[in-house]
Amino acid sequence: MKPEDLLFASTHEWAHVADGVATIGISAQAVEALTDLVYMELPDSGASVTAGEPFGEVESVKATSDLYSPVDGEIIEVNTSLPDSLDVLGTDPYGAGWILKVKLSNEDALQKLLDHDAYQKQNSEGQ
Amino acid sequence: MSESLQKTALHEWHSANGGRMVDFAGWSMPVQYSSIIDEHHFCRQSVGLFDVSHMARLQFADCKASLEALEKLTSRRVDSMKPGQIRYSLMTNDQGGVLDDVLVYRLPDANQDCFTMMVVNASNRQKIVEWLRKRLGPDIVFEDRTESTAIIAVQGPKANQIVSNHCEINPDSLKYYWGTTTKVCGCEAIVTRTGYTGEDGCELIVDNEDAAAIWKTLHADAVAAGGGACGLASRDTLRLEAGMPLYGHELSDELNAAQAGLNFAINLKDRIFPGSETIAAAKEQNTLPVRIGIQLEDKRAARQDCPILIDGNAVGVITSGTFAPTVQRSISMGLIDPRFSQPGTSVTIDIRGKHHAGSVVELPFYQRET
Repeated sequence: MKPEDLLFASTHEWAHVADGVATIGISAQAVEALTDLVYMELPDSGASVTAGEPFGEVESVKATSDLYSPVDGEIIEVNTSLPDSLDVLGTDPYGAGWILKVKLSNEDALQKLLDHDAYQKQNSEGQ
Repeated sequence: MSESLQKTALHEWHSANGGRMVDFAGWSMPVQYSSIIDEHHFCRQSVGLFDVSHMARLQFADCKASLEALEKLTSRRVDSMKPGQIRYSLMTNDQGGVLDDVLVYRLPDANQDCFTMMVVNASNRQKIVEWLRKRLGPDIVFEDRTESTAIIAVQGPKANQIVSNHCEINPDSLKYYWGTTTKVCGCEAIVTRTGYTGEDGCELIVDNEDAAAIWKTLHADAVAAGGGACGLASRDTLRLEAGMPLYGHELSDELNAAQAGLNFAINLKDRIFPGSETIAAAKEQNTLPVRIGIQLEDKRAARQDCPILIDGNAVGVITSGTFAPTVQRSISMGLIDPRFSQPGTSVTIDIRGKHHAGSVVELPFYQRET
């Protein structure tokens, strides 16, 4: 997927929406800022997620960070191989580095997300 | 970054070379340049260069008188040091709490005379300066040289070799925790065989105006040797593996010096220093939480303030932790009820509400081959 086709949360997660399902990951900028990832804790399929609420954690050498859901819905698939191959987040954050697939329960929440230009602008303003 | 932060003589180099600058105790310091893990390995496998100029340097005019006066304030004897000798010591308050952990130096100068120096943590600079002014009295004069000098730590198996190519002496010729006044790249420098990484190496104290040229020369050699510049984040992972305490984590005003697991740095025999009776009593009673190492079974890092549990009961708290690049384990230090401080004791760490299995282990986690 191209980053230009994605929606972004201000907390650096991305979402790609098709047919009522959002694929979720974290942005290249987030991976670049975190560096030295060692562990990721992910939820199980079937769990529900809420926009703006944590759904998992990523551990780097330096710190533990929450992963926030950009959407509302139910998790229908988890990239369970990801915690054992975190390098993928650096090489292909918008493809093989996907984290969850979520069946959307409320598409209105998407309105609050940023498009790629707005997300780039946010980052260049140093937020 | 706020303009009010203090800058070291190497600040420009850090900024121009990818340094991610953060506020550390009021100083703008590089936390990392690229990858913390790579920088960690520079130091363990080859050589790492660290700008630690934020550490405060206090220099005393009268060597003998100052050491005799400091002797009354330090947890270890300093008045018996020979010229060239350096001692790690604690400075304690009247309650036996740790004001700071410091290095006291008795160094020969170019005129075959001696001077006394002390290096203290950046975060404690003001507190220690005020403490010394109050407790040493007006006759013991010292100068705070923090802002006119830089400290470059050169650490790792190739560190001394690289420095020796540009220095009038080979740091290998100094005994561990000894130092001297010499020249590096033709500039006046204090060279000491000290460090905070668990590796061999040395630290160079140089004038601000010479620091950038010396750094660039050593950096070029370091890169050629498979090493490079290291930020404060890798300094932290290195010292953690080496089992060394960090002020504000394992040491504080509120923690009795006896809790620190630094018996080698506390000499109570026929000595009185601030809080020494309280420290002796704490050591004797052994009821206060003590510093220990903990290893987790999974890769989650236990961070400062995570509770340590046994059978669901809190028996201690984590003071620092990380996933350690050399030992490839999740390691941490903590303070634990001494009844549970035996290596091998099984514990559970509460990390953000989830329980992770671990055990108490001997410190350090890493020891270099000698």
